[in-house]
Amino acid sequence: MDEVHDRSGDRTGDSSDDSPDDPRPGHGPGRRLRRDIWVLSAAVGVFGVSFGVLATTGGLTVAQACVMSLLVFTGASQFAAVGVLEAGGSLGSAFGSALLLAARNAAYGVALAPTMSRRPLGRRLLAAHLVIDESTAVATAQQGRSAREHAFWATGIAVFVFWNVGTALGALAGDAIGDPEALGLDAAFPAGFVALAVPHLRTRQGRVAAACGALIALALIPLAPAGVPIVAAVLGVVPALLFVRPAGPRPSGDARVGTEPGGGTEAGGGKEAGGAEPGGGTDADAGLEPGGPGVPA
Amino acid sequence: MSWWAIVGLGAAAYGLKALGLVVLGPRAVDGWALRLAALLPAALLPALVAVNTFAGERRIEIDARAAGLAVAVVATWRRAPFVVVVVAAAVTTALVRAVG
Repeated sequence: MDEVHDRSGDRTGDSSDDSPDDPRPGHGPGRRLRRDIWVLSAAVGVFGVSFGVLATTGGLTVAQACVMSLLVFTGASQFAAVGVLEAGGSLGSAFGSALLLAARNAAYGVALAPTMSRRPLGRRLLAAHLVIDESTAVATAQQGRSAREHAFWATGIAVFVFWNVGTALGALAGDAIGDPEALGLDAAFPAGFVALAVPHLRTRQGRVAAACGALIALALIPLAPAGVPIVAAVLGVVPALLFVRPAGPRPSGDARVGTEPGGGTEAGGGKEAGGAEPGGGTDADAGLEPGGPGVPA
Repeated sequence: MSWWAIVGLGAAAYGLKALGLVVLGPRAVDGWALRLAALLPAALLPALVAVNTFAGERRIEIDARAAGLAVAVVATWRRAPFVVVVVAAAVTTALVRAVG
């Protein structure tokens, strides 16, 4: 029942942004989290508008564009599918591109599963629809199961609403907002994900996985179709698991970006990793959560 | 695009999400698999950043997005709030585009 409150709380948050009362005191810094979710959702909404425009100019009806955003709800896949068709590609290649881009959501689902594992099947089947870049990034930046779950639902629902409202506006009203790229909004998502990745860089394992994941993706950009580089980046966890000793059960230590000891994040150099991980200092981390919207400080 | 194609794509996209969250993920019950699941975002988020910033048509492109990313990294490193990180990156990219 927890989530029911979560969701109604977030709806309140959507309509009255800076209400002084955190609807759920003791469950994390609601206001900061809400503000950060607003930022992501607004950017998603603008891209929703541009998807609506692209879809309708590309031959979909308004109803089709809206239903596609409701059912598919994976921005990159939708842009790819419509873009391929508009460029004269076959339905098969449109599907292929879209599904390659959607495949990473399966990996996100695996990452989110422990957070949801105690929930009934029906709840998890509903949650599955909201498993996307933004909800995963915000949720996994939080500490603790309930904070993660709260952030997941809040982000997922907010992004879902904004994406679909944006799609409808774009499909109905056409290109009123203009080109999101002229506004630099395509840089908003990588920037947000940089900030949201920070908590994952706290452990040496996380840093190795991050470095390997990014390198794999970059290496595959020229070689593989869109979507593959990101999915293949899951292999970045392999060297991290094989060659780096896990730090304690509670990730800690100073994870300031860019200050990890030297280039020691190479897989081979990981033997001394466990010992090199400073023990305490969780409190010292509090200030460096630009990325952890709502990481309990 | 036919209605069937749209519904089919929706079903396939949902299937991939549920595959992870409902089918594969819950099998990660022992320590090793749980650690793997916990590490996935660490590998995926930087990959997403790299692709969103540097991917062109089958080649690496360094353009206005890279300037936005650089600003985002510095802002994050300087512990700027999330809003500032995102807005500064977007503004930088827009400015570089407007100038270029």
